Amino acid sequence: MRIEPLGDSALLVRVVENYGLESDRSVDAVLGTFGRLEAAAIPGVIELAPAYTTIGVFFDPGLTRFDVVKAEIERVLQNTEPAEPRAVTRSTIEVPVCYEDEFAPDLREVAWHAGLSAQEVVRRHSAVIYRVNCVGFTPGFPYLSGLPTELATPRRASPRKEIPAGAVAIGGTQTGIYPRKSPGGWNIIGRTSLSLFEVKREPPSLFQAGDRVRFRRISREEFERSSA
Amino acid sequence: MKALVRSAGFLTSVQDLGRPGFRQSGVSVGGALDTQAMRVANALVGNRNEVAGLEVTLGKLQLRFEDARLVAWCGGAFTVRLGDKNLPAGHAGLVAKDDELTMTAPQTGARAWLAISGGIDVPPVLGSRSTDLRGNFGGYQGRALRAGDALPLGRAKKLPARKRTVSEWKAPAPWATPGRAPAALRFVRGTDWNRFLSRAHTSLVMRSFAVTPASDRMGARLDGPPLDRMRTTDLLSEAVAPGTLQVPPNGEPILLLGDCQTIGGYPKIAHVITADLPIAAQLWPGHQVRFHEVSLMEAQRLLREREEDFARFRVGLSLHLS
Repeated sequence: MRIEPLGDSALLVRVVENYGLESDRSVDAVLGTFGRLEAAAIPGVIELAPAYTTIGVFFDPGLTRFDVVKAEIERVLQNTEPAEPRAVTRSTIEVPVCYEDEFAPDLREVAWHAGLSAQEVVRRHSAVIYRVNCVGFTPGFPYLSGLPTELATPRRASPRKEIPAGAVAIGGTQTGIYPRKSPGGWNIIGRTSLSLFEVKREPPSLFQAGDRVRFRRISREEFERSSA
Repeated sequence: MKALVRSAGFLTSVQDLGRPGFRQSGVSVGGALDTQAMRVANALVGNRNEVAGLEVTLGKLQLRFEDARLVAWCGGAFTVRLGDKNLPAGHAGLVAKDDELTMTAPQTGARAWLAISGGIDVPPVLGSRSTDLRGNFGGYQGRALRAGDALPLGRAKKLPARKRTVSEWKAPAPWATPGRAPAALRFVRGTDWNRFLSRAHTSLVMRSFAVTPASDRMGARLDGPPLDRMRTTDLLSEAVAPGTLQVPPNGEPILLLGDCQTIGGYPKIAHVITADLPIAAQLWPGHQVRFHEVSLMEAQRLLREREEDFARFRVGLSLHLS
């Protein structure tokens, strides 16, 4: 495990050196470490930001400094037992998705790239269980791993200026959902009416790192009912 | 009591020291791009550090006050008038009932932070009154101010109803007006420093970069010699922070600011030190910026000194305000 400065008021804990094919194990390792650091409440630490293989630790540079926080993190990780990944108790979150043409401008591109029919892309995309690696980019955006490898599609050469809220998309080997209208370069293959981020909800993000997610195909009618 | 917005100018928003604690939900820390300026302006009017004020971009902002308030501002070289009186940066001024405050476009710099005694009393969202302009929450109805808005002000110490005055005492110049031209920013090496070619390292410290029009509160995009990497392997996204200098594949660096995304996948060549973020917050399209390397020890020392100076400044001010 390496700990390196991220500027003068944060640091990165590199929990996993090789993400490789073991994405599930990486997520568990990161979340286990995350839980231990959170429970330790290290003085001067403001917040933690877990990602694929790392945890960003933000601290108040007026109260503490890099080598002090680093030493404290090392002490905590030596002296505590790995915590249970917190998502274990949460059930799989089901995301209803309408894959009809008007919501899926890039479905053909993905199908062409995979050498499959659009129907088959949809079937495979909604047949597996994904894992939330982290939440970021914009509030509530889940980075999901577990995309069937044949569906991996490079990001668009030029990002779209505006992607609608709820767009389900594929970017490289990842799939995700745009919580709100934003620019983006991923290939859009469907849309959900689920609300991914609400400031009045506790926690505000529907998805937390570690959660399991599956997509359920719905009809245009069902989508329209659910978004009404 | 309220402050009425007569003109909101180019981009004015309610900001405080930011919204830490929600990075794991993808929420930017946001807040005043120069938190030091916001703290100093708050101190000058007797507010606590975390009270919300206004971030004014370019001007022209015009406010009318329903009751007497202390006001102060720090930032770029704006011209600020209380009726017929000039209010220089880093001084406190007393506005009387029905007085008008006007902030006009800066000669240098781009942004200023205005504190009003009692603060802007909008409801906190996720622990902060800052406006998240992309998320459309927090601040005043989750958006930039418009003419006609009525800003609720918090309760403040009753002020003598004398006519407008400007204090003799003032904040130190580097806090009150941190902008310099051309801007010089100190940095510590980034986590991906070694992924860059040595000519990129040389360019970063020897050449100057121009701020491009695609810049905003998320980041200042810079145009200059391309900062080339060894090879363009895709990196896994990981935490980034205000001050991170990240380099997309085109080699043109982006200096992340307060509204930056929480995680990013571009390599990080450097991080501008926290003590110099006030200078970064004054960058505007067309401005030139240069970079100088310092050690992490030096960056931390500068910040510790600033914190000690600020604590002394607050104690000194409390004597004036009591």
